Amino acid sequence: MSAEGAATAAPTPPDDSPLRAVLVTLAVCALCSSAIASAVTWLRPYQQAHRDADRSGRVQQVVEAVPGLETALGPLGTARLEARAVELATGEYAPAIDPDLFDPREAAQDPDASVALLSERDVAGIGRRARHAVVFEVRDAQGLRLVVLPVHGSGYLSTLHGYLALDPDTRTVRGLDFYEHAETPGLGSEIESPEWRAQWAGKRIRDELGRVRLGVARTRIEPGDPESAYLVDGISGATKTCDGVTGLLRFWLGPDGFAPYLERLASDQRGQS
Amino acid sequence: MERAETPLRTLVRPLVDENPILLHVLGVCSALAVTRSLETALVMSAAVTAVLVCSNAAVSALRRQVPRSVRLIVQITIIASLVIVVDQILQAFFWRLSRQLSVFVGLIITNCIILGRAESFAMHRSVGLSALDGLGNGLGYGLILVAVGSARELLGSGSLGGVPLLPRVEDGGWFQPVALMLRAPSAFFLIGGLIWGVRAWRLRPAPGARRATAAPAAAEEPA
Repeated sequence: MSAEGAATAAPTPPDDSPLRAVLVTLAVCALCSSAIASAVTWLRPYQQAHRDADRSGRVQQVVEAVPGLETALGPLGTARLEARAVELATGEYAPAIDPDLFDPREAAQDPDASVALLSERDVAGIGRRARHAVVFEVRDAQGLRLVVLPVHGSGYLSTLHGYLALDPDTRTVRGLDFYEHAETPGLGSEIESPEWRAQWAGKRIRDELGRVRLGVARTRIEPGDPESAYLVDGISGATKTCDGVTGLLRFWLGPDGFAPYLERLASDQRGQS
Repeated sequence: MERAETPLRTLVRPLVDENPILLHVLGVCSALAVTRSLETALVMSAAVTAVLVCSNAAVSALRRQVPRSVRLIVQITIIASLVIVVDQILQAFFWRLSRQLSVFVGLIITNCIILGRAESFAMHRSVGLSALDGLGNGLGYGLILVAVGSARELLGSGSLGGVPLLPRVEDGGWFQPVALMLRAPSAFFLIGGLIWGVRAWRLRPAPGARRATAAPAAAEEPA
């Protein structure tokens, strides 16, 4: 290779001075970074469209993946999936906010639309939380059948974004699905696998004292263990991701998350029946 | 130097005779990872070919400006930028496939074929020839990926490009999918078989004539 290189490069031998090396490298870096920057700027709207489609498709998927729901409701077409904006602190609906236009990530950045979290209460590791959230309620002729809550929190490498589906009594999980994350492929990314996700259905959220116990087990749990009512099996090699899942569940089901909304929902249900 | 380099030879030679995977055994890791189905193999081949053509052309265009001491830094910078752009394009227009390929698009940066061609070819040839060499090597890589991907998808899932071809037992047919074909080791066996087959076929009949072209190319490879 060297003989060949010398032969063709002979007419204009590249000057090997350090200054030239630095200048050429800087010029190449500047060119490359502007190429990347323009590509990213140009393509972002297309990618965002896919992400949005993915997100709204996922709510439907979570609802459809809930075991027994199809048979209980018939095809989803007969039940209505309603998006409702909720004020998290009070748990009341916020009719002033259009759920179709509400962008939770933007709101979480906006100092007027969000609150900073005390670090010791921020078990989801998200720093700030929007004042409002858009929840999904599935209703049919018999009333409320399913509640789907958006949840997010820090995993190992990324923020996990998902949907948690609950029974209308707000005590039992019907499904959990993460639609966006960047965890290690093959390890943390197993939170997306159907086998792992299937474990969530039927888990209880709180114990008799009302504490949120739902989460991912850190040790092996035997089928007879009372903890297995609340915990699912962890993923080997993805302890941090699993801890992140536990943290975000405890946060969003806790008093800083959806607890006021869920309590109101449960008392509304009792009032009706 | 070897005999005169015609554009056609530059394009055709890497397809079989100097196939980057079969003869130089480069780029094997990605060939193991993305050949579970024909679709991912095709998209990966297209991505690698695009990066190869552009990186070879860019490296060749800059070859007289870049001092030898920093040439690898410059080559890797160019390759990495191209890979990021290709990854962004896939995310914008092939969202579902880019999710399936996950990290492997980003890992094109470390695909030895690309740095190998930049260093051994594009650094001392014209822009046009270098782009052709990139196209040839990309297609040669793609050829193997598509062959392995088709075999694995057909035997592992009974379909091709997502279209079911062999009726599977679980759907009431006769075909029992070979689970091994869905795992990475099967690609190892298939590629190993291909390497053996092609070498036995292309290199044996006229060892003297073949060695003359194959040996310098092999010695050129950096890794």
